[in-house]
Amino acid sequence: MATTDLADLGLDEGGHLLVGRALARLAPGERLTVTGRHPALGLHLGAWCREHGHRLAEADAGLGGTAPALAVVKGGAGDRRWLGARRAGTAQGPPDERADPAWGLAARGALVEAGGPPIGAHWSQREHVWADIAPQLYAAAAASQWDPATAVDWAAPVGGVPEEIERAVVQLMTYLVENEQAALIIPARLLSQLHPHYREVMQLLASQAADEARHVEVFTRRALLSGGLLGTSSAGGRASLQTLLDEPDFTTASFLLSVLGEGTFVDLLRFIADHAPDRVTAEVTSLAARDEARHVAFGVAHTAHLARGDKSYLGTLRQAVERRHSALRDTAGLNAEVFDSLGRLAAGSWSPEAIRRGWRAVSELTARMDEGRRRRLAYIGFPDDEAAELSALHTRNFM
Amino acid sequence: MGVLLGAVAYDPKVVTIWDGFRAWLRSSGLDFDYVLYSNYERQVVDLVDGRIDVAWNSPLAWVRARRLAASRGVPLTPVTMRDTDCDLRSVIVVRADSPARSLNELAGRVVATGAVDSPQATLLPLSLLFGAGLEPGTDIAVRRFDIGVGLHGDHIGGERDAARALFAADPADRADAACMIDSNLLLFGREGVLPAGAVRVLAQTAQYDHCTMTAGPSAGPDGTGGRLNPDVVRLGELLLGMDYADASLRPLLDLEGLKEWRAPRLSGYEQLERAVDEAGFYNADGEITAADYRP
Repeated sequence: MATTDLADLGLDEGGHLLVGRALARLAPGERLTVTGRHPALGLHLGAWCREHGHRLAEADAGLGGTAPALAVVKGGAGDRRWLGARRAGTAQGPPDERADPAWGLAARGALVEAGGPPIGAHWSQREHVWADIAPQLYAAAAASQWDPATAVDWAAPVGGVPEEIERAVVQLMTYLVENEQAALIIPARLLSQLHPHYREVMQLLASQAADEARHVEVFTRRALLSGGLLGTSSAGGRASLQTLLDEPDFTTASFLLSVLGEGTFVDLLRFIADHAPDRVTAEVTSLAARDEARHVAFGVAHTAHLARGDKSYLGTLRQAVERRHSALRDTAGLNAEVFDSLGRLAAGSWSPEAIRRGWRAVSELTARMDEGRRRRLAYIGFPDDEAAELSALHTRNFM
Repeated sequence: MGVLLGAVAYDPKVVTIWDGFRAWLRSSGLDFDYVLYSNYERQVVDLVDGRIDVAWNSPLAWVRARRLAASRGVPLTPVTMRDTDCDLRSVIVVRADSPARSLNELAGRVVATGAVDSPQATLLPLSLLFGAGLEPGTDIAVRRFDIGVGLHGDHIGGERDAARALFAADPADRADAACMIDSNLLLFGREGVLPAGAVRVLAQTAQYDHCTMTAGPSAGPDGTGGRLNPDVVRLGELLLGMDYADASLRPLLDLEGLKEWRAPRLSGYEQLERAVDEAGFYNADGEITAADYRP
């Protein structure tokens, strides 16, 4: 006969853990003798057994002349709770092809009790969200987090350049904040519709949103360093970003944002860093470019993963680019002041020769952006001519 | 024909429970619906008057229904009860350092109870004191915590306040003993309302039974209580067949506080019948005779 002794421990102080442990080794219908000296043990045990579907049998004869022992007959409810349970895939292994909505928020690999509310996640197929590189990218993202307060030398001097150059920096920062806010909202929105079974993608999107939150902070802070007002926000620029927010599909949203938009942005940020008139501007754009490169890597890997499995998907991606292009046909696209600011920044002064040099640098930048987009599109699977065509359709707003 | 069940809305979860059970019972082919009452007294009258077929009765509601039905000569039929309705006890506890070692040492003291109509935290413990020769209100002062009057003690608030009164900061508010059901003795201990080792159980009742589901006179096919309405029979069968392994039912069973429905028994209400008489709560015909009871 199984026995457990609680000494003077009450069930109001955790004694049920000992009883539960002993019962776990028994089959329903088997008896456990419980001994103990707590004055309310019988009352506690009776109430606890009722609540848990066990039965407190009549007291057995006292053992060795001590207080009568109590006998618990194990009930079957505890086991029956887990009859329909199954594991939500495996924790270490790759995620399942399809994530069951019934797994809800359970950890991948957990034993999931049947019942409970199904999760309303829209993205619950591996094919639609996955890239094999996602776990490594997340690890890299986690290892590369930086603290805006210390990663940038905020005390470094700003100024010493013509007022118009400083205004150009402020205008670019204003524009960057606007774009980074879009780039924060998009992964956050995808995240809210992603089945958490695809843990690494969930983590990656979360770190992506956190990256953008930092970028918003450092660009705002740089803009305010010279103590003036922020620059302008154009209707066309915002319209361009709005089309990204309106993209309903996981992969096409990721494609438009990361492969085309953030990919282009990496070139832009590096350009600003290269021509920065001060250390703070160079640091904030370099740090952001590093993060953005990771976002691009996931977008490219995920889109390529999907397109390689289904060549016809390239058509869907193409339509997404064309749809966005036609939606923006009647808008100005890039804020003219942003474009001019890039030229002023690269020129560094108002001499005609400096302006020519700056203008040429901006032209080279747009060519480099185009080349980068074509390279990524080709990697995903587009033939070179189609890649060139699609790259040309990309928004003039860069993102 | 169908079955109309009455239940008391002692908590918002009652809607979730019976909506869920109704959907399951209907999907099992039973024409079933329910109505909710704000207190047990009206439900009992409606059961005996035939306005509902079945009532999900508290133990006190069962006692009253039995008396009312007997006085009118109409039949009642037990349908089912929960596993958790069987073999309960109530206790009277004192602070661990109380000089009282037996019930009669509470003479002249203040005893805290639940609501006026709580079987487990008022009527049964007071009957225990009465049996020890202490007339409530005369030999002992009763401090009642009337929360959820009409709910027959289903609301835990009165019982918890009674337990708290044992340790009231102001000596004038402090009770010498408190009454509660065994499961709340454990719960209040875990919550810290009754700190571990701070109370001693002075007395406990014999085992008794709690809620019971009862079919009234309308359950007879001719309205006179002859052969039981086959739908009521089917209701009992379906409830007894509810399986805790069924993921669609388990949350409802958890909310209702049971693992399985049991065949009903009527042997566990004798103590309460006696307590009701001692307190003058209902008369033999099931009329409310407690002077200060306003459900």
